[in-house]
Amino acid sequence: MGKTLFEKIWESHIVVEKQNEPDLIYIDRHLVHEVTSPQAFDGLRMNNRKVRRPDLTIATMDHNVPTSDRSLPILDQTSAVQIKTLENNCKDFGIKLFDINSPNQGIVHVIGPQLGITLPGSTIVCGDSHTSTHGAFGALALGIGTSEVEHVLASQTLWLEKPKTFEVRVEGKRKNPHAVTAKDIILSIIKNIGTAGGTGTVIEYRGEGISDLSMDQRMTICNMSIEGGARAGLVAPDQKTFDYLRGREYTPKNYESLVDSWKDTLKTDSDATFDKQFILDINDIAPQVSWGTNPGMTCDVDEPIPSPDKFSNGDANQKKGAEKALEYMALESGTMIEDIKIDRVFIGSCTNARLEDLIEASKIIQGQKVASGVNAMVVPGSQMVKKQAEEMGLDKIFIDANFEWREAGCSMCLGMNPDILSPGERCASTSNRNFEGRQGNGGRTHLVSPVMAAAAAISGHFVDVRKLDLN
Amino acid sequence: MEPFENVKSIVTPLDKVNVDTDQIIPKQFLKLVQKSGFGKFLFFNWRYDENENMKSDFILNDPKYDGSKILVTGDNFGCGSSREHAVWALDDYGFSVIISSSFADIFFSNCFKNGILPISLESKIIEKLLQETNAIEVDLENQIIKTSSEDISFEINSHKKKILLEGLDDIAQTFQYKDKISEFEEKSTVPSVL
Repeated sequence: MGKTLFEKIWESHIVVEKQNEPDLIYIDRHLVHEVTSPQAFDGLRMNNRKVRRPDLTIATMDHNVPTSDRSLPILDQTSAVQIKTLENNCKDFGIKLFDINSPNQGIVHVIGPQLGITLPGSTIVCGDSHTSTHGAFGALALGIGTSEVEHVLASQTLWLEKPKTFEVRVEGKRKNPHAVTAKDIILSIIKNIGTAGGTGTVIEYRGEGISDLSMDQRMTICNMSIEGGARAGLVAPDQKTFDYLRGREYTPKNYESLVDSWKDTLKTDSDATFDKQFILDINDIAPQVSWGTNPGMTCDVDEPIPSPDKFSNGDANQKKGAEKALEYMALESGTMIEDIKIDRVFIGSCTNARLEDLIEASKIIQGQKVASGVNAMVVPGSQMVKKQAEEMGLDKIFIDANFEWREAGCSMCLGMNPDILSPGERCASTSNRNFEGRQGNGGRTHLVSPVMAAAAAISGHFVDVRKLDLN
Repeated sequence: MEPFENVKSIVTPLDKVNVDTDQIIPKQFLKLVQKSGFGKFLFFNWRYDENENMKSDFILNDPKYDGSKILVTGDNFGCGSSREHAVWALDDYGFSVIISSSFADIFFSNCFKNGILPISLESKIIEKLLQETNAIEVDLENQIIKTSSEDISFEINSHKKKILLEGLDDIAQTFQYKDKISEFEEKSTVPSVL
């Protein structure tokens, strides 16, 4: 019987296989950041261990870094210590670091592909759940905990139980691809399968609706696989994938011969079967807006907020969760999404802060101003994205519209740096999690696409971007 | 890691679904560079108000549950961020068993690295355990939870069970396969980054 792409990658990375036990899997790429690594390096030191393959490991600082003027010292002392700790660890263990002043610094999941470090068919890990982003290139990319970070540093391997396979097939064509984006596709998927729908599986996104997408858009899809509970998400590589990675700073020298080998092997066989399947038809999908406190609590922009009864479909626990969520979000069921006013706009994060995201958002705001009383910011995903955007003049468009134009980092996606919501503030955010307090204690997050966030910034409330002239 | 020992304690019922790791340990506490001392920050935003006064309506602040080692909770516990700090916080606070109808994958895996036993049981058993007021005993060797009224058996992967019971150091185990890893590297086609 045929094999899925995931099964092929898995099998080609088995170092040790045992009956009824996890497999020892080789890791081709290890990405390290400042928050989930200090304790792992400490563990190595305590046991007198070294990093087995520093040449397969890279590091950057992204979660903690201020997005304001980089020439100023970091005021938060605990952040400063964590950033300094990563510098020292990389120096001590011989790991390549893209530090705060590097032109390659940025969110680890944005810089990996941009630098040609992410490769099709490879295994990639990082102590961060959004590692699934790299799956867009046909890699098996897993988020791991700090103990596993230490294990990979020491051995370049991980003991892993083989996940099940999950086909998410996206069929059809969007009527207005500038208004209905990759973000709306993935939010629709999560709304349907639920936040635990992918638990224990690796999703392969397939179908016309996926192959039509650019690499930046595929990364948005794979990025949020974890929000559907999946261990990872991936897309089979195609010409777009191979073209994207060609000629980047760390693209391998023998790239063309690698591409030749990938073309033959890195796809799911036609007679392969999946353990689970979900099909989404995108012919008629609408822009999505989350209304609750997990990414499954999402509805169409032209819908009212559902009642907890309708949302929960008879599940008492889900109903209770929806009631709590509405209370936290200070919203009532029946309210139309377009009537919800916002205080803040955040365009950023590993989900939606790549160049294409910024280009699309800039088209919405060109020649207009952010609504009075709304504070809006753009945080490019990497210094390279920032530079490319500035070369295109996007920074001027945003600044002229009264957006703040910041330095690269995770920023208000999780608010570990000074960029946070105040209690009660409501934010249209292009990030990935609307958990309670995620963007700041008491803050209220609505997950949307970059164009939806930009339109909300101008109007002061959510707007159905399909009504705007976007072509 | 210390070997896992049987636990007897009252249960702390946290009757919520989809408890994410941002709630278990909010981001402001992820800046620490050590593994210890996270217990006081566990469920911080649910335990304390903006002036850091204890919220009386949150279960962990009820003195009845002081010293409880077993947390019982709803579906999809530990979803979201991969932060192992969530497990460190639960451990440091004193929990060594988490019982739920389901767990998020990364959280589940992180538990075993820190000597915490996550047990998955059917929702209807969880509902009963949420009401349990007497101490219960968790016996990992025999895979049984003993309550005042019944014995409930639970499943666990034999490899994971061994890791907990023996308190094994993962990396030391893996180093027994160093030759295999080297062999793999010799035939590996993926080029190095640098």
